Amino acid sequence: MSEFAVFLGPVLAAMLTAATPLLFAALGELVVEKSGVLNLGVEGMMLAGAVIGFMVAASTGSSTLGFIAAAVAGLVMGALFGVLTLGLLANQVATGLALTLFGVGLSALVGQGWVGRPIADVPELRIPGLTDLPVIGPALFGQDALVYLGLAMVPAVHWFLFSTRAGLVLRAVGENHAAAHALGYKVARIRFLAVLFGGAMSGIAGAYLSLDYTPMWAENMTAGRGWIALALVVFATWKPGRVLLGAWLFGGVTIAQLHVQGHGFAVPAQLLSMLPYLATILVLVAISRDVARIRLNAPACLGKVFHPDG
Amino acid sequence: MGKALLGLAGAAVALAVGAGGAVAQDKLKVGFVYVGPISDHGYSYQHDQGRLQLEKELGDKVTTTYVENVPEGADAERVIDQLAAQGHKLIFTTSFGFMNPTLKVAQRYPDVKFEHATGYKRSANLATYSARFYEGRTIVGEIVGKMTKSNVIGYVASFPIPEVVSGINAMTLAMRKVNPKAEVRVVWVNSWYDPPKEAEAAKALLDQGADVIVQHTDSPAPIQAAEERGLWAVGQSSDMTRFGPKAHLTAIVDDWGGYYVDRTKKVLAGGWKSEDTWGGIKDGMLHLAPYNPAIPADVVAMADKTKADIVSGARHPFAGPIKDQSGKEVIPAGKHATDEQILKMDYFVEGVVGKLPK
Repeated sequence: MSEFAVFLGPVLAAMLTAATPLLFAALGELVVEKSGVLNLGVEGMMLAGAVIGFMVAASTGSSTLGFIAAAVAGLVMGALFGVLTLGLLANQVATGLALTLFGVGLSALVGQGWVGRPIADVPELRIPGLTDLPVIGPALFGQDALVYLGLAMVPAVHWFLFSTRAGLVLRAVGENHAAAHALGYKVARIRFLAVLFGGAMSGIAGAYLSLDYTPMWAENMTAGRGWIALALVVFATWKPGRVLLGAWLFGGVTIAQLHVQGHGFAVPAQLLSMLPYLATILVLVAISRDVARIRLNAPACLGKVFHPDG
Repeated sequence: MGKALLGLAGAAVALAVGAGGAVAQDKLKVGFVYVGPISDHGYSYQHDQGRLQLEKELGDKVTTTYVENVPEGADAERVIDQLAAQGHKLIFTTSFGFMNPTLKVAQRYPDVKFEHATGYKRSANLATYSARFYEGRTIVGEIVGKMTKSNVIGYVASFPIPEVVSGINAMTLAMRKVNPKAEVRVVWVNSWYDPPKEAEAAKALLDQGADVIVQHTDSPAPIQAAEERGLWAVGQSSDMTRFGPKAHLTAIVDDWGGYYVDRTKKVLAGGWKSEDTWGGIKDGMLHLAPYNPAIPADVVAMADKTKADIVSGARHPFAGPIKDQSGKEVIPAGKHATDEQILKMDYFVEGVVGKLPK
């Protein structure tokens, strides 16, 4: 076993867990954006999920109930966004930002009495034989259930969007809401459902942090991961498979820089922390050069307010 | 010191009685500004414990106000200014980043006394105070040096500032004295409080063979990471036992209450002066949390002896000879680092793996 393999094994395993909250939040936001809605409130919905999930898990002792409650909390936050932007036609960018600020404050208020309460960790799976494989064993077969659920969501979302009728309608609404409306599809209702899905996924992403990743509630504990998830959707040019690659890349860089430091290599930590964002900018520049390509992937009606009369 | 305090208290009471009813009605208003939430169970929590002790001991003469979660920057100045404008006559600002805002507000309110923790700028009505955290790190160093089996200690560090660097060095020096084979691996998370990142850093160090995690960040996340793996950890700022009952070896606990009571009494008695206080274990500004019962008795005895020696002055945490990472002698034998050298420490000693970011 070489020195490199000893280094790589733990990095791979940690990378998958670090990528999981990004994956949930970004897949949810991808569906929302595919329906033509830009919800910048991911961070706020994640925090709502993190605090509610923690409170329920700590009170009931069941992390499963915690995750369900977190999904509901994210969904409620999503519903709030949906009512404001789709029902009352408020500006999506402003509402999304407000939702993030609201989520930060609300979660801090609700979670006041819950800071510093320890809870039991979600147990990891162990598959005898497989988990003990060198290098890839712990990474592939020694994770908790949510990591596998996150991975399973990638093909599921892809299948829904590109192989089902409902997915086709959702994409049509995102590409040209006027035409979809003319064909008789309920644009606002379809978008509202997409926003609810995005909220629930963000809620689960937040709960993954507070129940599993660091089993505790701390104010503002998402620490910008909601924004990374938003960048990830653009980085992935609205394709679920690329979201997975991006989540691994973003998660991997975060983890790798800590491991590199521990080994005593003289690499500036700040430079490595900056890399994911640099990559996002490069992708943005690359896809913006080719107008046809970005048109193919970016929903044409993204962020546009839809009003049936005009 | 206790007698001096009693004397001062007596003076304060005499003054209050002498001044009559007006003073009894107008209690001294004391303000506190915290960088984190008081529920962080670390740094800001300990400052608030100090405030509560002040209320308990002098509650009949003072009222206290605190503002938590104040970002270091422009907001801080507004918060401090507001406290002064509301009639607070003594204001404690408890984080390094509040230094310049505190100085600015102090200039605007010459009749208000300000106290800034861990900074170095003073004026006629602005005093500074800090604790010699490195003294605690020396005791921790001996304990972890004895407890480690892998001879790798993981250190989750916040920012490469002298306070943190001197802590790493003090621990490493003491550790190498009892276990010359052990080494310290440092990971910087560039934050004081980011639980997920602190956990990631601790896990990365555990993956690299560390069996003890020491931290100079404020959340209990690294303790939880060590608990999950069945290994050891040392807490920061406050007793973090409940986050890892098995893993928690001890913790360096900040203890500000005595200082806050002392300084408030000085204001009440009219004897407050702007000065710099840098207190250690001797002054009661820090102590160690109860030792984990898993620590063998001989190690506890050694730690207790070291503590006594530091208090008596028989042992200095930075006694020479000290060599830096390149093997160059920085403090010769027979001497110890001066306060100024500790406050400006910008090198790692032998035994630390990794380069210090400049």
